[in-house]
Amino acid sequence: MAKIHELAEAKPRLASGHKLCPGCGASVAVNLALNSIAEPVVVSAATGCLEVSTTAFPSTSWETPFIHSAFENSAATISGIETAYRALKKQGKIKKEIKFVAFGGDGGTYDIGFQALSGAAERGHDFLYICYDNGAYMNTGIQRSSATPMGATTTTAPAGSQSIGKGEWRKDMVAIMAAHNIPYAAQASIGYWKDYVNKVEKAIAAKGPAFITVLSPCPRGWRSVEDNSIALAKEAVTCNFWPLYEVVEGNNWKINIKPSKPTSVEDWLKQQGRFKHLFTSENKETLDRIVARVDEEWQKLLKREECS
Amino acid sequence: MPTFAQKTQSKCTTKANINKGSAVSKTVAKTGTGAVAEAMRQINPDVVAAYPITPQTAIVEEFSSFAANGKVKTEMITVESEHSAMSACIGASAAGARVMTATSSAGLALMWEVLYVAAGCRLPIVMPMVNRALSAPLNIHCDHSDSMGARDAGWIQLYSENSQEAYDNVIQAVRIAEHSDVRLPVMVMLDGFITSHAIERFDMIDDKTTQAFVSEFKPFSPLLDTDKPSTHGPFDLFDYYFEHRRSQAEAMKKSKQVILDVAKEYEKLTGRKYDLYKSYQLEDAEVAVVVLSSTAGTAVSVVDKLRDEGIKAGLMVPRVIRPFPAEEYAKALTHVKAVSVMDRSDSFNAEGAPLYTELTAAMYQSGGRPVMSNYIFGLGGRDVHPSDIEKVYRDTLDNAHNGKVKKAVNYLGVRGDE
Repeated sequence: MAKIHELAEAKPRLASGHKLCPGCGASVAVNLALNSIAEPVVVSAATGCLEVSTTAFPSTSWETPFIHSAFENSAATISGIETAYRALKKQGKIKKEIKFVAFGGDGGTYDIGFQALSGAAERGHDFLYICYDNGAYMNTGIQRSSATPMGATTTTAPAGSQSIGKGEWRKDMVAIMAAHNIPYAAQASIGYWKDYVNKVEKAIAAKGPAFITVLSPCPRGWRSVEDNSIALAKEAVTCNFWPLYEVVEGNNWKINIKPSKPTSVEDWLKQQGRFKHLFTSENKETLDRIVARVDEEWQKLLKREECS
Repeated sequence: MPTFAQKTQSKCTTKANINKGSAVSKTVAKTGTGAVAEAMRQINPDVVAAYPITPQTAIVEEFSSFAANGKVKTEMITVESEHSAMSACIGASAAGARVMTATSSAGLALMWEVLYVAAGCRLPIVMPMVNRALSAPLNIHCDHSDSMGARDAGWIQLYSENSQEAYDNVIQAVRIAEHSDVRLPVMVMLDGFITSHAIERFDMIDDKTTQAFVSEFKPFSPLLDTDKPSTHGPFDLFDYYFEHRRSQAEAMKKSKQVILDVAKEYEKLTGRKYDLYKSYQLEDAEVAVVVLSSTAGTAVSVVDKLRDEGIKAGLMVPRVIRPFPAEEYAKALTHVKAVSVMDRSDSFNAEGAPLYTELTAAMYQSGGRPVMSNYIFGLGGRDVHPSDIEKVYRDTLDNAHNGKVKKAVNYLGVRGDE
């Protein structure tokens, strides 16, 4: 696996000078992934923060071939590129090995782009899809997505006198992708670079579709401090809110990091303004449900690992 | 009944050179979808991404069978929707492959967003489009609501009367789309069921000649050229978006000449003449009907009948709707006293259907002012009979004699409007 100094010294495929916010996890998620791939890479991205902040004409931050088409079709677009590659390779018009990576935020992945992603995974294209998951439609101003955690306030599911914020649990995206019986599906966090890079390498080595959702804090949407993003991405793992795990061939579940003594979920929530309203007496019940749910999900994951 | 194409062919070519292009030609009998699938086989694209929809389905099925039996080098992408079909085409085309798809009706509607992306990214994708009504109510039969709804998506639009024209247009479309002055996607229309599912005879040129005619695809800044990374589909603000759109408009403008040049070259191979439009008995006509696609064949028989009666009836059949050749179309009609435009779609603007409004606008600019009226017909596959078209001509004659239109927008062959 790539060593940290190699990653640090490699010429970034997403150049500095882009317009992503201070403390945004997206560029970390992109560069860690792309720098751990040795081969040339063609990238597609869904409409979203990553795309608008890196491609404002006439400049581009991409040092590797890049395409943006629309919000919901990053996976369909990369499936076309990958197929063109196979067609031209078969004809002898291209000789070299090229890898294909599609990026999408959680909106472009869990929601509007879900059908295209499911279709591309089912068809078995050789590509890696990375969802930089910040838990809401951040680019358009912090609206709820199906990745938004229960209880977070967003602009379309705001906390109020009659609302706790988002009232539903997050979609279990890795399990859904694993259910496509693809070679590799995983959950990662930019707070654990080594684990993430490892996963990207496994995903790229796998022949066929691979999926990684990587926790990528958004200070604007999380209402968190800009220089705390990596720490928050770590603590999400240590408190078991965001377990790091992988699923090989749809049935081989493995938890990559098991905190010996999980940290407090409340402490993690407290650092984010999006959960501020939960720390009032009237929302105590919701807070307790969230804390309990983290453990239930963790137990479920342990069972899945045990059974596989 | 001879088709319009056969009639005009025999009119505009001498007996000696009918179908006497340089290509080896064979006459076959196939459905319209079969003709399109054959054209696609001969073009032999690198990638086809398509989703089946009636009445386009047979194109995808037949082409899949070509791919499954090694008759083409094409990699197929059996996508889960038309939105993904067009999205995959966009990816594959930007990657550097020659790419085709095909659709109809709701499939085209589902592609709507990405049709604009394909055109805006200047990707030369070619798409046969089998015309079918849009929902609701659900209807699988022919009208032009689908392609007319997409007429401003930035795609070149060619309409075909029959299988021969569909076949010829699809082959020519590749050259038009990929021309360096153009680099725009092209959709080729044929009428659902009427053309797509009827077996007709048509002439095919040989595979080798077709391959030589379409020649090697030369992509522009392909994604797969990883040594020269390029960014496709960037984000534009108010500082550049307008210039990009303006250059796209310029490409559409330039495509008119390219369409004519490609037609000339194609004629040398096949002996079949293509222009921006076809006409029949139009030169000295006092009244004219303008209609697209398969209805033209029926209209020809009506013109013959009226001419036998001494009525100076003429017919114009546009082939190219995008770009809209306003100058040429107006010139062709300027001497006519009254014109009726038959539209197989309604734009629900309560003022007339697409072809009528655009032609009327074209006449206004040209200075020639025939009395213009509109007949919306055949929605959802409703039959149009020679007697219906004759009624249109007779109304148009009244308009010509009166020097004014009795009723500008009419619905033909529908209950309540008899």
